[in-house]
Amino acid sequence: MVEMAGTKAFVKSLELEGVKYVFGLPGGVVIPLCDEILNGDFRFILARHEQGAAHMADGYARATGGVGVCLATSGPGATNVVTGIATAHSDSSAVVAFTGQVTRATIGTDAFQEVDIIGCSASVTKYNMQVRKASEIPKAVKTAFQIASTGRRGAVLVDLPKDVTTDVEDVSFPETVKLRGYHPNYQPDPREVEWAANLLAKAQRPVVVAGGGIINSGASRELVALCEYLMAPTATTLMGKGAFPADHPLSLGLCGMHGTQAANNLVPEADVLLIAGARLSDRTTGSVKSFAPNAKVIHLDIDRSEIDKNVETVTRVVGDASLGLRGLLYNVSKLRASGDAGSQWSKRVSEFRLQMNGTGNGHKEGYLRAPDVVKTLRNALPREAIVTTEVGQCQMWAALHYDAYDPRTFFTSGGLGTMGWGFPAAIGVKAARPDVPVVDIAGDGSFGMTENSMATSIEEDLPVVVVVLNNHMLGMVAQWQRLFFDHRYSAVKLKGNPDMVKLAEAYGAEGVRVDTLEGFQAAVRRAIKSDVSTVIDVPIDPEENVYPIVPPGAGLKDALLEA
Amino acid sequence: MSEMHVVAFLVENRPGVLFNISNMFRRKNFNIHSITAGTVLDDDTVRITIVVQADARGVNQVVEQLDKMVDVIEVKRLDPLRAVNRELALVKLTTTDPMAREEALKLVNDYHGLILNIEPDNLIAEVTGESADIDAFLAAVTPIGVEEVSRTGVTAIEKGRLKLEK
Repeated sequence: MVEMAGTKAFVKSLELEGVKYVFGLPGGVVIPLCDEILNGDFRFILARHEQGAAHMADGYARATGGVGVCLATSGPGATNVVTGIATAHSDSSAVVAFTGQVTRATIGTDAFQEVDIIGCSASVTKYNMQVRKASEIPKAVKTAFQIASTGRRGAVLVDLPKDVTTDVEDVSFPETVKLRGYHPNYQPDPREVEWAANLLAKAQRPVVVAGGGIINSGASRELVALCEYLMAPTATTLMGKGAFPADHPLSLGLCGMHGTQAANNLVPEADVLLIAGARLSDRTTGSVKSFAPNAKVIHLDIDRSEIDKNVETVTRVVGDASLGLRGLLYNVSKLRASGDAGSQWSKRVSEFRLQMNGTGNGHKEGYLRAPDVVKTLRNALPREAIVTTEVGQCQMWAALHYDAYDPRTFFTSGGLGTMGWGFPAAIGVKAARPDVPVVDIAGDGSFGMTENSMATSIEEDLPVVVVVLNNHMLGMVAQWQRLFFDHRYSAVKLKGNPDMVKLAEAYGAEGVRVDTLEGFQAAVRRAIKSDVSTVIDVPIDPEENVYPIVPPGAGLKDALLEA
Repeated sequence: MSEMHVVAFLVENRPGVLFNISNMFRRKNFNIHSITAGTVLDDDTVRITIVVQADARGVNQVVEQLDKMVDVIEVKRLDPLRAVNRELALVKLTTTDPMAREEALKLVNDYHGLILNIEPDNLIAEVTGESADIDAFLAAVTPIGVEEVSRTGVTAIEKGRLKLEK
């Protein structure tokens, strides 16, 4: 026991967790905390909006596989964080958010900048808590990190009333905390593994769908080994991009609403479908009825509640993906030799792999095609570069046409689909990985939402590249209006958007507009060597659609391929 | 097919836990029919019994979603054949008419109830039983005149050696 103020206990607790960066923005009730942070053994990155701070922490968490930390003041600071933690939580990213709160005595009096953030954040966090005593701060921090970073990862919020941080009390720092109701289940049940392996060994048309759980578990190598042994073609969900190398001969690419023809045709044809570390949202399955009509579905996930939630399974393996896949391979190898189950299936797989990425998309002359821009970006970047995306058309072009070869090289707001995520997240990624180029594939609509993060990037020396696929439109909504609302545009034209080049320059960043692929490639190569962030403005056709698209409610095989 | 299921669970006795649980039910579109809660042998643990209307897959999801919550220590769907369910109702009956009072006392007696309070114009009866018994009692006393009803919702416990804690 040592006597110290809550602020000191807080900073020491973060140090003990190995925190290197805290992303945040101060305000009235966290001034004491910010004062003590000056003595902390970590960097405080000043955001310009709390949502941006949370996205930075999220990007940092995804890039490191560790925990990202953000800090905000009470009231509006705290509510601004909510979108950020909801985004992180939805994508199983370990973010711990600390919010200031009014003093204990004033809670409930509707005091200045008081908001019930525990109530507000309950639905979008794995756990949340309000600390009631200074001496409880170390335990609260330890609990938050433990819950956020174990089992299925997620966001945790810790609310700190101001007087709790300023009180001086006897404090001790626990090494672990025991939680009676929290037992993450890593080790799969051997009987479940055996049963699933029996099904896989007998499969004639096996297919694997890999999700973000593979990346969180670090199970890519195990995944590739099992798929190669079974010769099973493998699709990924949006969150699973990078879990299976895009240049692998068994890779089918993205499955779902904007999936490749290969994935969307072969997944429904499977006789045994292994879902590994994916939660099968509507965007991945299309109509559930026609998702895997003839398949025995095996679901491997660390979160038991995901099994049978959206798609009914024949058997489950509950546990860590890497342990589960290793167990499956071991058991399958006892039951059958490696290689093809049926030569017709491999023939069909290679047929479809030829037409992976869809075809025409009816863009106007004089504009660059967005898919070509994305492919050129891939060629201009080193293999280990990291890409984040915004949300909408730019995100789907990136998902379809940007080949990710390794886990943790492609990050996107998949679950919540938060516009404005990619840019601040890229800054968080850069903090974690200063050694590699970090590029945000953006649209002008999304970029506008968190563009003020540029100030943080400049002053904190965290240079990233933003490629703005600029159609002066809320492009995905416009695409739906063209396809499903009789071409009636409503509230999608962004005529008043700023000049992206001048905008970048106003921040002291570099801005460049390109209208040829050669120019674009050169701009990317320059930008990744620059000491400051660069915005590359790429005008594209406002009428260009993302294809393929599975219309809402339709089955994966019923994708529209072109206009 | 959608039917009533009894789910019993133990939670940490911590501020906000009940809110988190009811919030999860709302978020997941589960339909709570009744909920009862109280501390058990120690003050750190609260036992909650929820009656939920769902099909088989739905009730499985209820159990899994509860199990996933950090503050939920144990959770189980109780097998109706291997558990005892009880509910308590307080019923205020109009008894201005002496014949009605006579009839009310007889019915309370038939249902093994107690009379807790008697006023010139009304009385308060306490009846305990399975939900269906309470429904039947209420149906029987309705012609006499029911002024007010307060029901606790179901609480339940398993038979024999079965119990919630491992």
